Amino acid sequence: MRTLLPGLLAGTLALAAAAHAQPSDITVSLAWTRAVGATAPTAVGYLTLRNRGANPDRLISAETPAARAVEIHEQRREEGVMRMRPLPDGVPVPPGETVTLGPGGTHLMLVGPTRALARGERVPLTLHFERAGQVHVELSVEAAGTRQPAHAGH
Amino acid sequence: MLRWIRRVAWGSVAVLGFLVLAISAGWFVTDGPLADRPVATGPASLPIGGPFRLIDHRGRAVTEADFRGRPMTVFFGFTQCPDVCPTTLGDMTALIEALGPEADRLHWLFVSVDWERDTPETMAGYLEAYDRRIVGLSGTEAHVAAAARAFRIYYRRVPLKDGGYTMDHSASVFLLDAAGRFAGTIDHQESHAVALEKLRGLLTSQ
Repeated sequence: MRTLLPGLLAGTLALAAAAHAQPSDITVSLAWTRAVGATAPTAVGYLTLRNRGANPDRLISAETPAARAVEIHEQRREEGVMRMRPLPDGVPVPPGETVTLGPGGTHLMLVGPTRALARGERVPLTLHFERAGQVHVELSVEAAGTRQPAHAGH
Repeated sequence: MLRWIRRVAWGSVAVLGFLVLAISAGWFVTDGPLADRPVATGPASLPIGGPFRLIDHRGRAVTEADFRGRPMTVFFGFTQCPDVCPTTLGDMTALIEALGPEADRLHWLFVSVDWERDTPETMAGYLEAYDRRIVGLSGTEAHVAAAARAFRIYYRRVPLKDGGYTMDHSASVFLLDAAGRFAGTIDHQESHAVALEKLRGLLTSQ
Protein backbone atom coordinates (compact mmCIF):
# COMPACT_ATOMS: atom_id res chain seq x y z
CA MET A 1 0.00 0.00 0.00
CA ARG A 2 2.81 2.30 0.86
CA THR A 3 4.29 1.87 -2.62
CA LEU A 4 0.94 1.74 -4.35
CA LEU A 5 -0.32 5.12 -3.18
CA PRO A 6 2.52 7.25 -4.57
CA GLY A 7 2.33 5.18 -7.75
CA LEU A 8 -1.38 5.82 -8.07
CA LEU A 9 -0.87 9.48 -7.35
CA ALA A 10 1.89 9.73 -9.94
CA GLY A 11 -0.29 7.88 -12.44
CA THR A 12 -3.24 10.18 -11.85
CA LEU A 13 -1.00 13.22 -12.17
CA ALA A 14 0.47 11.92 -15.42
CA LEU A 15 -3.03 11.27 -16.77
CA ALA A 16 -4.15 14.75 -15.77
CA ALA A 17 -1.08 16.25 -17.41
CA ALA A 18 -1.70 14.24 -20.56
CA ALA A 19 -5.33 15.35 -20.64
CA HIS A 20 -4.21 18.92 -20.18
CA ALA A 21 -1.71 18.64 -22.99
CA GLN A 22 -4.31 17.37 -25.45
CA PRO A 23 -3.71 19.16 -28.74
CA SER A 24 -7.34 20.19 -28.87
CA ASP A 25 -6.43 23.88 -28.61
CA ILE A 26 -4.44 23.74 -31.85
CA THR A 27 -6.10 22.73 -35.09
CA VAL A 28 -4.15 22.30 -38.31
CA SER A 29 -5.76 22.68 -41.72
CA LEU A 30 -4.61 23.15 -45.32
CA ALA A 31 -1.51 21.01 -44.83
CA TRP A 32 0.09 20.63 -48.25
CA THR A 33 3.33 20.32 -50.17
CA ARG A 34 4.46 20.34 -53.79
CA ALA A 35 5.60 17.35 -55.83
CA VAL A 36 9.38 16.90 -56.11
CA GLY A 37 11.66 14.40 -57.84
CA ALA A 38 13.55 11.68 -55.94
CA THR A 39 16.85 13.58 -55.96
CA ALA A 40 15.48 17.06 -55.17
CA PRO A 41 17.55 18.66 -52.36
CA THR A 42 14.48 20.21 -50.70
CA ALA A 43 10.69 20.16 -50.53
CA VAL A 44 8.26 22.47 -48.79
CA GLY A 45 5.50 22.23 -46.16
CA TYR A 46 2.59 24.67 -45.87
CA LEU A 47 -0.02 24.69 -43.08
CA THR A 48 -2.68 26.78 -41.42
CA LEU A 49 -2.52 26.76 -37.59
CA ARG A 50 -5.38 27.86 -35.40
CA ASN A 51 -5.22 28.35 -31.64
CA ARG A 52 -8.71 27.93 -30.15
CA GLY A 53 -7.38 28.08 -26.59
CA ALA A 54 -6.84 30.94 -24.19
CA ASN A 55 -3.06 30.56 -23.97
CA PRO A 56 -0.31 31.44 -26.42
CA ASP A 57 1.35 28.48 -28.11
CA ARG A 58 4.26 28.04 -30.48
CA LEU A 59 5.24 25.62 -33.23
CA ILE A 60 8.79 24.68 -32.24
CA SER A 61 9.77 21.86 -34.58
CA ALA A 62 8.55 19.22 -36.98
CA GLU A 63 9.63 15.90 -38.46
CA THR A 64 8.63 13.53 -41.22
CA PRO A 65 9.86 10.12 -42.38
CA ALA A 66 9.88 11.61 -45.91
CA ALA A 67 12.84 13.95 -45.23
CA ARG A 68 16.15 13.97 -43.35
CA ALA A 69 15.10 17.03 -41.33
CA VAL A 70 12.45 19.73 -41.18
CA GLU A 71 13.34 23.40 -40.63
CA ILE A 72 11.06 26.36 -39.99
CA HIS A 73 11.91 29.32 -42.24
CA GLU A 74 10.67 32.78 -42.88
CA GLN A 75 10.81 34.30 -46.34
CA ARG A 76 11.06 38.03 -46.90
CA ARG A 77 11.36 40.19 -49.96
CA GLU A 78 13.29 43.41 -49.43
CA GLU A 79 13.83 45.78 -52.36
CA GLY A 80 13.51 43.00 -54.89
CA VAL A 81 15.84 40.63 -53.00
CA MET A 82 14.58 37.31 -51.62
CA ARG A 83 15.88 36.47 -48.15
CA MET A 84 15.15 33.16 -46.39
CA ARG A 85 16.14 32.70 -42.75
CA PRO A 86 15.61 29.95 -40.16
CA LEU A 87 13.24 30.81 -37.30
CA PRO A 88 15.08 29.36 -34.26
CA ASP A 89 12.20 30.28 -31.93
CA GLY A 90 9.57 28.71 -34.16
CA VAL A 91 6.21 30.20 -35.07
CA PRO A 92 4.09 31.85 -32.33
CA VAL A 93 0.38 31.00 -32.46
CA PRO A 94 -1.39 33.55 -30.21
CA PRO A 95 -4.69 32.58 -28.56
CA GLY A 96 -7.71 32.95 -30.82
CA GLU A 97 -5.54 33.53 -33.89
CA THR A 98 -4.93 31.75 -37.17
CA VAL A 99 -1.40 31.65 -38.61
CA THR A 100 -0.81 30.60 -42.20
CA LEU A 101 2.44 29.11 -43.46
CA GLY A 102 2.14 29.62 -47.21
CA PRO A 103 3.99 30.46 -50.45
CA GLY A 104 6.20 33.56 -50.19
CA GLY A 105 6.06 33.61 -46.38
CA THR A 106 6.86 31.43 -43.38
CA HIS A 107 7.15 27.78 -44.42
CA LEU A 108 8.59 24.42 -43.47
CA MET A 109 11.66 23.32 -45.43
CA LEU A 110 11.87 19.55 -45.82
CA VAL A 111 15.63 19.06 -46.05
CA GLY A 112 16.78 16.08 -48.12
CA PRO A 113 13.56 14.32 -49.11
CA THR A 114 14.13 10.57 -48.78
CA ARG A 115 12.02 9.82 -51.85
CA ALA A 116 10.03 11.48 -54.62
CA LEU A 117 6.79 13.14 -53.49
CA ALA A 118 4.16 12.37 -56.12
CA ARG A 119 1.05 14.42 -56.72
CA GLY A 120 -2.00 12.96 -54.99
CA GLU A 121 -0.17 11.10 -52.21
CA ARG A 122 -0.11 12.07 -48.54
CA VAL A 123 3.00 12.65 -46.43
CA PRO A 124 2.85 12.15 -42.64
CA LEU A 125 4.24 15.04 -40.60
CA THR A 126 4.56 15.44 -36.82
CA LEU A 127 4.42 18.97 -35.41
CA HIS A 128 5.73 19.82 -31.94
CA PHE A 129 4.07 22.66 -30.06
CA GLU A 130 5.25 24.25 -26.83
CA ARG A 131 1.90 23.67 -25.06
CA ALA A 132 -0.15 21.39 -27.29
CA GLY A 133 2.67 18.87 -27.67
CA GLN A 134 2.65 16.57 -30.67
CA VAL A 135 0.15 17.01 -33.48
CA HIS A 136 0.12 14.52 -36.34
CA VAL A 137 -0.96 15.76 -39.74
CA GLU A 138 -0.68 14.67 -43.37
CA LEU A 139 0.56 16.92 -46.14
CA SER A 140 -1.35 16.44 -49.37
CA VAL A 141 1.02 16.50 -52.34
CA GLU A 142 -0.09 18.99 -54.99
CA ALA A 143 1.37 19.53 -58.49
CA ALA A 144 4.82 21.18 -58.62
CA GLY A 145 3.44 24.49 -59.93
CA THR A 146 0.61 24.89 -57.40
CA ARG A 147 0.24 28.35 -55.85
CA GLN A 148 -2.88 27.45 -53.86
CA PRO A 149 -4.05 23.90 -53.15
CA ALA A 150 -7.19 22.76 -55.04
CA HIS A 151 -9.08 22.10 -51.81
CA ALA A 152 -8.36 25.60 -50.48
CA GLY A 153 -12.07 26.17 -49.85
CA HIS A 154 -12.27 23.37 -47.28
CA MET B 1 -19.87 92.66 -63.33
CA LEU B 2 -20.79 91.22 -66.73
CA ARG B 3 -17.18 91.53 -67.79
CA TRP B 4 -16.10 89.47 -64.80
CA ILE B 5 -18.63 86.72 -65.58
CA ARG B 6 -17.41 86.67 -69.18
CA ARG B 7 -13.79 86.39 -68.04
CA VAL B 8 -14.56 83.52 -65.67
CA ALA B 9 -16.58 81.76 -68.40
CA TRP B 10 -13.77 82.04 -70.97
CA GLY B 11 -11.28 81.03 -68.33
CA SER B 12 -13.27 77.85 -67.62
CA VAL B 13 -13.45 77.06 -71.33
CA ALA B 14 -9.67 77.42 -71.56
CA VAL B 15 -9.04 75.18 -68.56
CA LEU B 16 -11.49 72.56 -69.87
CA GLY B 17 -9.96 72.68 -73.34
CA PHE B 18 -6.50 72.22 -71.90
CA LEU B 19 -7.65 69.26 -69.78
CA VAL B 20 -9.30 67.54 -72.76
CA LEU B 21 -6.15 68.03 -74.85
CA ALA B 22 -3.82 66.87 -72.08
CA ILE B 23 -5.89 63.78 -71.27
CA SER B 24 -6.24 62.68 -74.89
CA ALA B 25 -2.54 63.31 -75.57
CA GLY B 26 -1.70 61.30 -72.46
CA TRP B 27 -3.93 58.45 -73.61
CA PHE B 28 -2.34 58.48 -77.07
CA VAL B 29 1.18 57.96 -75.74
CA THR B 30 0.40 55.60 -72.84
CA ASP B 31 -2.52 53.35 -73.85
CA GLY B 32 -3.42 54.69 -77.33
CA PRO B 33 -1.93 54.11 -80.79
CA LEU B 34 1.34 55.87 -79.93
CA ALA B 35 2.00 53.70 -76.88
CA ASP B 36 5.03 51.42 -76.55
CA ARG B 37 4.55 47.68 -76.81
CA PRO B 38 3.37 46.49 -73.38
CA VAL B 39 6.21 43.98 -73.03
CA ALA B 40 8.94 46.29 -71.77
CA THR B 41 8.74 47.35 -68.13
CA GLY B 42 12.03 49.22 -68.24
CA PRO B 43 13.94 51.17 -70.86
CA ALA B 44 15.06 48.81 -73.63
CA SER B 45 18.55 50.28 -73.48
CA LEU B 46 19.23 48.85 -70.00
CA PRO B 47 22.46 46.85 -70.19
CA ILE B 48 20.90 43.69 -68.71
CA GLY B 49 21.97 40.38 -70.17
CA GLY B 50 25.51 39.86 -71.38
CA PRO B 51 28.10 37.17 -71.99
CA PHE B 52 28.22 34.13 -69.69
CA ARG B 53 29.92 30.72 -69.57
CA LEU B 54 28.02 28.10 -67.60
CA ILE B 55 27.20 24.37 -67.54
CA ASP B 56 23.64 23.19 -68.25
CA HIS B 57 21.88 20.54 -66.14
CA ARG B 58 22.79 17.88 -68.71
CA GLY B 59 26.49 18.70 -68.21
CA ARG B 60 27.08 20.65 -71.44
CA ALA B 61 29.19 23.83 -71.45
CA VAL B 62 27.12 26.72 -72.84
CA THR B 63 27.46 30.47 -73.49
CA GLU B 64 24.94 33.20 -74.26
CA ALA B 65 25.52 32.47 -77.98
CA ASP B 66 23.78 29.09 -77.57
CA PHE B 67 20.56 30.90 -76.65
CA ARG B 68 20.45 33.55 -79.40
CA GLY B 69 17.78 33.41 -82.11
CA ARG B 70 14.91 33.00 -79.67
CA PRO B 71 13.68 35.33 -76.92
CA MET B 72 14.63 34.20 -73.45
CA THR B 73 13.19 34.21 -69.95
CA VAL B 74 15.81 33.88 -67.24
CA PHE B 75 15.83 33.97 -63.46
CA PHE B 76 18.42 33.40 -60.75
CA GLY B 77 17.91 31.19 -57.68
CA PHE B 78 19.30 28.06 -56.02
CA THR B 79 18.13 24.54 -55.25
CA GLN B 80 18.20 24.73 -51.41
CA CYS B 81 15.27 27.09 -51.85
CA PRO B 82 12.03 25.30 -51.03
CA ASP B 83 9.55 28.16 -51.44
CA VAL B 84 10.32 31.05 -53.79
CA CYS B 85 12.29 29.23 -56.52
CA PRO B 86 9.74 26.38 -56.84
CA THR B 87 7.00 29.02 -57.01
CA THR B 88 8.79 30.77 -59.89
CA LEU B 89 9.61 27.46 -61.65
CA GLY B 90 5.97 26.43 -61.16
CA ASP B 91 4.81 29.74 -62.65
CA MET B 92 7.19 29.17 -65.60
CA THR B 93 5.76 25.67 -66.09
CA ALA B 94 2.20 27.08 -66.04
CA LEU B 95 3.20 29.75 -68.61
CA ILE B 96 4.79 27.10 -70.86
CA GLU B 97 1.58 25.06 -70.70
CA ALA B 98 -0.56 28.14 -71.44
CA LEU B 99 1.59 29.10 -74.45
CA GLY B 100 1.32 25.59 -75.89
CA PRO B 101 3.52 25.03 -79.00
CA GLU B 102 4.53 28.73 -78.89
CA ALA B 103 6.58 27.95 -75.76
CA ASP B 104 9.14 26.21 -78.00
CA ARG B 105 9.94 29.58 -79.57
CA LEU B 106 11.40 30.78 -76.24
CA HIS B 107 14.37 29.73 -74.10
CA TRP B 108 13.58 29.13 -70.42
CA LEU B 109 16.60 29.46 -68.12
CA PHE B 110 17.12 28.98 -64.39
CA VAL B 111 20.61 30.06 -63.22
CA SER B 112 21.93 28.96 -59.82
CA VAL B 113 23.83 31.45 -57.65
CA ASP B 114 24.88 28.59 -55.31
CA TRP B 115 28.13 27.61 -57.06
CA GLU B 116 29.23 25.25 -54.29
CA ARG B 117 26.21 22.96 -53.91
CA ASP B 118 24.48 23.21 -57.27
CA THR B 119 26.16 20.78 -59.64
CA PRO B 120 24.53 19.85 -62.97
CA GLU B 121 23.25 16.64 -61.28
CA THR B 122 21.66 18.61 -58.42
CA MET B 123 20.06 20.98 -60.93
CA ALA B 124 18.71 18.02 -62.95
CA GLY B 125 17.15 16.48 -59.83
CA TYR B 126 15.59 19.76 -58.82
CA LEU B 127 14.18 20.47 -62.29
CA GLU B 128 12.63 17.02 -62.66
CA ALA B 129 9.31 18.27 -61.24
CA TYR B 130 8.94 21.06 -63.84
CA ASP B 131 8.55 21.43 -67.58
CA ARG B 132 11.50 19.74 -69.36
CA ARG B 133 12.05 22.89 -71.48
CA ILE B 134 13.44 24.75 -68.45
CA VAL B 135 17.25 24.62 -68.63
CA GLY B 136 19.24 24.77 -65.39
CA LEU B 137 22.62 26.55 -65.51
CA SER B 138 25.35 26.44 -62.88
CA GLY B 139 29.07 27.01 -62.84
CA THR B 140 32.20 27.94 -60.90
CA GLU B 141 32.20 30.82 -58.42
CA ALA B 142 33.86 33.13 -60.98
CA HIS B 143 31.54 32.15 -63.84
CA VAL B 144 28.41 32.55 -61.70
CA ALA B 145 29.68 35.97 -60.56
CA ALA B 146 30.25 37.01 -64.19
CA ALA B 147 26.73 35.86 -65.22
CA ALA B 148 25.18 37.69 -62.26
CA ARG B 149 27.10 40.84 -63.21
CA ALA B 150 25.88 40.57 -66.81
CA PHE B 151 22.26 40.47 -65.57
CA ARG B 152 22.74 43.08 -62.80
CA ILE B 153 21.74 40.42 -60.28
CA TYR B 154 22.34 40.81 -56.56
CA TYR B 155 23.22 37.68 -54.60
CA ARG B 156 24.98 36.99 -51.35
CA ARG B 157 26.00 33.93 -49.40
CA VAL B 158 24.65 34.16 -45.83
CA PRO B 159 26.23 31.90 -43.16
CA LEU B 160 23.78 30.26 -40.73
CA LYS B 161 24.32 29.39 -37.05
CA ASP B 162 24.26 25.63 -37.71
CA GLY B 163 27.34 25.96 -39.93
CA GLY B 164 25.40 25.87 -43.18
CA TYR B 165 24.50 28.80 -45.37
CA THR B 166 21.68 30.20 -47.45
CA MET B 167 21.62 32.54 -50.45
CA ASP B 168 19.94 35.92 -50.83
CA HIS B 169 19.13 36.72 -54.44
CA SER B 170 17.22 39.12 -56.71
CA ALA B 171 13.73 37.91 -57.48
CA SER B 172 12.94 39.11 -61.00
CA VAL B 173 12.46 37.07 -64.14
CA PHE B 174 14.24 38.85 -67.03
CA LEU B 175 13.02 38.87 -70.62
CA LEU B 176 15.52 39.16 -73.47
CA ASP B 177 14.70 39.37 -77.17
CA ALA B 178 16.14 37.03 -79.82
CA ALA B 179 19.22 39.25 -80.18
CA GLY B 180 19.88 39.11 -76.44
CA ARG B 181 18.66 42.64 -75.70
CA PHE B 182 16.80 43.39 -72.48
CA ALA B 183 13.04 43.41 -73.12
CA GLY B 184 11.49 43.71 -69.66
CA THR B 185 10.82 41.69 -66.53
CA ILE B 186 8.12 39.54 -65.01
CA ASP B 187 7.66 40.31 -61.35
CA HIS B 188 7.07 37.63 -58.74
CA GLN B 189 3.82 39.30 -57.73
CA GLU B 190 2.36 39.82 -61.21
CA SER B 191 -0.60 37.70 -62.28
CA HIS B 192 -0.37 34.77 -64.69
CA ALA B 193 -2.45 36.78 -67.23
CA VAL B 194 -0.04 39.76 -67.17
CA ALA B 195 3.00 37.47 -67.49
CA LEU B 196 1.38 35.61 -70.41
CA GLU B 197 0.62 38.92 -72.14
CA LYS B 198 4.26 39.98 -71.81
CA LEU B 199 5.53 36.70 -73.28
CA ARG B 200 3.07 36.87 -76.21
CA GLY B 201 4.18 40.47 -76.82
CA LEU B 202 7.81 39.34 -76.79
CA LEU B 203 7.06 36.59 -79.34
CA THR B 204 5.08 38.83 -81.74
CA SER B 205 7.73 41.58 -81.63
CA GLN B 206 10.31 39.18 -83.10
